[in-house]
Amino acid sequence: MTATEEHVSPMGYGRMHRKEDARFVRGHGNYVDDITLPGMLHGAVLRSPFAHARILSIDTSAAEAHPKVRAVITGQTLESLDLAWMPTLSHDVQAVLATDKVRFQGQEVAFVVAEDRYSARDALELIDVDYEALPPVVDARRALDEDAPVIRDDVEGRTDNHIFDWEAGDRARTDEVFARAEVVVEQDMLYPRVHPAPMETCGAIADMDAITGKLTVYTTTQAPHAHRTIYALVAGLPEHKIRVVSPDIGGGFGNKVGIYPGYVCAVVGSIVTGKPVKWMEDRSENLMSTSFARDYHMHGEIASTKDGRILGVRVNVLADHGAFNGTAQPTKFPAGFFSVFTGSYDIEAAHCAVTGVYTNKAPGGVAYACSFRITEAVYLIERLVDLLALDLGLDPAELRMRNLLRPEQFPYVSKTGWEYDSGDYPRALSKALELAGYDELRAEQARRREAGDPTSMGIGVSFFTEAVGAGPRKHMDILGLGMADGAELRVHPTGKAVLRLSCQSQGQGHETTFAQIVAEELGISPDDIDVVHGDTDQTPFGLGTYGSRSTPVSGAATAVVARRVRERARLVASAMLEVSPDDLEWEKGRWFVKGDREAGKSIQDIAMAAHSSLELPEGVEGHLDASCVYNPPNLTYPFGAYICVVDVDPGTGQVKVRDFVAVDDCGVRINPMIVEGQVHGGLADGIGMALMQVMAFDPDGNHLGGSFMDYLVPTSMECPSWRLGETVTPSPHHPIGAKGVGESATVGSPAAVVNAVLDALKPFGVRHADMPLTPAAVWRAIQGNPLRPDLAVT
Amino acid sequence: MRITVTVDGAQYTDEVEPRTLLVHYLRETLGKVGTVVGCDTSNCGACTVHLDGHSVKSCSVLAVQADGCEVTTIEGLAREGELHPVQKAFHDNHALQCGYCTPGMIMQSIDLLADNPDPDEKTVREGLEGNLCRCTGYQNIVRAVQDAAKHMSPGAGPEAERMSDTEVRRAPSAVAGGGE
Repeated sequence: MTATEEHVSPMGYGRMHRKEDARFVRGHGNYVDDITLPGMLHGAVLRSPFAHARILSIDTSAAEAHPKVRAVITGQTLESLDLAWMPTLSHDVQAVLATDKVRFQGQEVAFVVAEDRYSARDALELIDVDYEALPPVVDARRALDEDAPVIRDDVEGRTDNHIFDWEAGDRARTDEVFARAEVVVEQDMLYPRVHPAPMETCGAIADMDAITGKLTVYTTTQAPHAHRTIYALVAGLPEHKIRVVSPDIGGGFGNKVGIYPGYVCAVVGSIVTGKPVKWMEDRSENLMSTSFARDYHMHGEIASTKDGRILGVRVNVLADHGAFNGTAQPTKFPAGFFSVFTGSYDIEAAHCAVTGVYTNKAPGGVAYACSFRITEAVYLIERLVDLLALDLGLDPAELRMRNLLRPEQFPYVSKTGWEYDSGDYPRALSKALELAGYDELRAEQARRREAGDPTSMGIGVSFFTEAVGAGPRKHMDILGLGMADGAELRVHPTGKAVLRLSCQSQGQGHETTFAQIVAEELGISPDDIDVVHGDTDQTPFGLGTYGSRSTPVSGAATAVVARRVRERARLVASAMLEVSPDDLEWEKGRWFVKGDREAGKSIQDIAMAAHSSLELPEGVEGHLDASCVYNPPNLTYPFGAYICVVDVDPGTGQVKVRDFVAVDDCGVRINPMIVEGQVHGGLADGIGMALMQVMAFDPDGNHLGGSFMDYLVPTSMECPSWRLGETVTPSPHHPIGAKGVGESATVGSPAAVVNAVLDALKPFGVRHADMPLTPAAVWRAIQGNPLRPDLAVT
Repeated sequence: MRITVTVDGAQYTDEVEPRTLLVHYLRETLGKVGTVVGCDTSNCGACTVHLDGHSVKSCSVLAVQADGCEVTTIEGLAREGELHPVQKAFHDNHALQCGYCTPGMIMQSIDLLADNPDPDEKTVREGLEGNLCRCTGYQNIVRAVQDAAKHMSPGAGPEAERMSDTEVRRAPSAVAGGGE
């Protein structure tokens, strides 16, 4: 199914300005740390200075004697409540507070509850912990060595640091394709450990009401309903006595999906003290202990004919998961959706094998707009295609164009089993090349090289296919919770409406765009539709917002529920007009009698009548509301073509991004203004990952990059003015033809930037260098001595 | 220590510990939670407020250093419900998403427009370098600041209060954490 832009207009009210802005521009948002409850106490976490060490003793007496301290909680306290360990989203366990030993620097060791924020931190310094240092596992490539220290000796009988092996694709057929290929290119590449670093860190206020037995947790969560269920399962509290509230969230980017020890400590702190307890982490705690992203050591191979027809791709991955496997992904997908690594190309065979290992680092892996490891998959294939182009002496855009899937191949079942819903890839690539002025850029590059320009110009291309909207219940669940999402729509008697959702905005504009979907379906102004999310007592169950799944799943649920209300309205209108429902026709906002446009009733008239004494047909209950649970039949597969232009100073290694063109196709655009904002933000992520960001470790396992002093996120100065384009290829299975898009730019852009830098370094004989391509890394690569960015030793 | 501070036009006298950061005084003592905290190393600028007409990162100023000073936060910008032109321009140009950097970003933008009422793109980007945003990729923020500049002319609307005062007031910042 292919449609052109001319045929598809944005959903109701198009580039509508955001409803959320009114409070945010005035400083009237309501973030977790803004909330103060009567009698509220403050918690702070004592963290391990060691990467790996046995805990010999913890002396809390001095802290307990502090006049403002109300409680000091240790792993021992939690053991007595059976809460010292908690389940992770990957069916592993994670220490809430360390009992036997610490397994990463920054790990939670004790929790102090005090009358104010400052005293809580004072008291941390009064706790005396006696550690016995143990050798750490820092380099994931050494984790499975015979003599590697065993990190997880909490598990009876465990003798190594192996977590899982997982594979996808057809190994035999792939080997056969590689055996007969004329050209095989291979490359080791590291997608280094980075961190989503939302501007607001993680935090929670736990309020256990001893009288009613009800626990309320205000918290920075992207998945409030899942949190509620997990608290019920972990703490043994009845689920109806738990209310999770996710208020305004200052960015999530996957950082705020899982449950962190600080949340559990706040809950225990509230139970122990009988008062609400707030825990809000500092930036350094956020970077050191909450969900990292990436850390994939990938060995990729690509096979092709001499004239550049790609035949197969083969990949081996070593995945560094840190000390606890806390990776957030659907149960059956321990490497997420990495197996979409065949990308946008029509190939014969593919295979990947992923091995996960423990190291003495914080847990995480899936975060930072990765769509469950698709960042890694896209980076891998897009680097391999560029290396193939280099070896074949072909233009990288031309090589891609020759191998892209054609529009008529959709729906397309990939060689690793994904059914891509729709796509017109050549059109998007052509558009990007045209927008960038690709041919002129190549001509300029040739001219400047010819003239001996000391600055080296590089042009990078990336073409990606995303897979977002997890997902169909039969394949996809998180901790046994199927990935369907609910929606409830209620139209009030006066024709205003409230929509209740299970997804949870962290800035993506849901309060605006979901109102626009209803507006499109019912003809009620979006200003007259309140979107409620984040309060588990008020909203239907669902799995929350991450993996760009809100539009694919909750957006679909919203359209479906609005259509159910529209059908109810038809029955009410038929009673009002005394005609058969079959005689009615819908135009936006109104049912009218076929052949008589004057005889009609607006949705507002119908809403009032639905609540009135009007006699309704048998079986119609009155009122105007509906609910829906949407179980998506498939993911959505947005795609895009990105082109980055850089100037590199080989003398200093400085990279200047001078242009970035991004053509995204996410099917129908509900609100193009918001889509563009999402893309801008993701492109900045790409600059950050490609050029600036890494969390490295020294040989002792010390975390380097644990603050904004050295974990660098892009400022206004590193980002160019983005130039965007779009095509519209709707998702055929989605009720409004929309696909997710939030993570596309983060997924697609790092490869474009890296390909551009390495294109600039081609005259210096550099084939590959790992991210981040800092000035030092670029300079070292030119000297033929590339950096290992993940380790402080090279 | 007892301090007297004028915040968003109202005068407050409070006992504070000398170590109390201005941002915590604003948030926890005065309940001015519009100003937020994004880091612990004074890099992010989410806590930017105006101290005697200069933008400062309020996580890097002690409350006692604000004694006798005038502080303007994001909550003190709108007058009689009418948005400051920079606030309006952020809305009009979709220059915010999660909204967390927005208060500091707006305060810093007003400060840079006081320095240069008609900045080009590069000047705006330089002026905002001390304010991190993780959502917008900055472009719409740059647009918003330039858009606001067009709507800010001395003598018209609530912005006049700042624009006319700055000539007299702007002197090198006396406290640490100046927003330069």
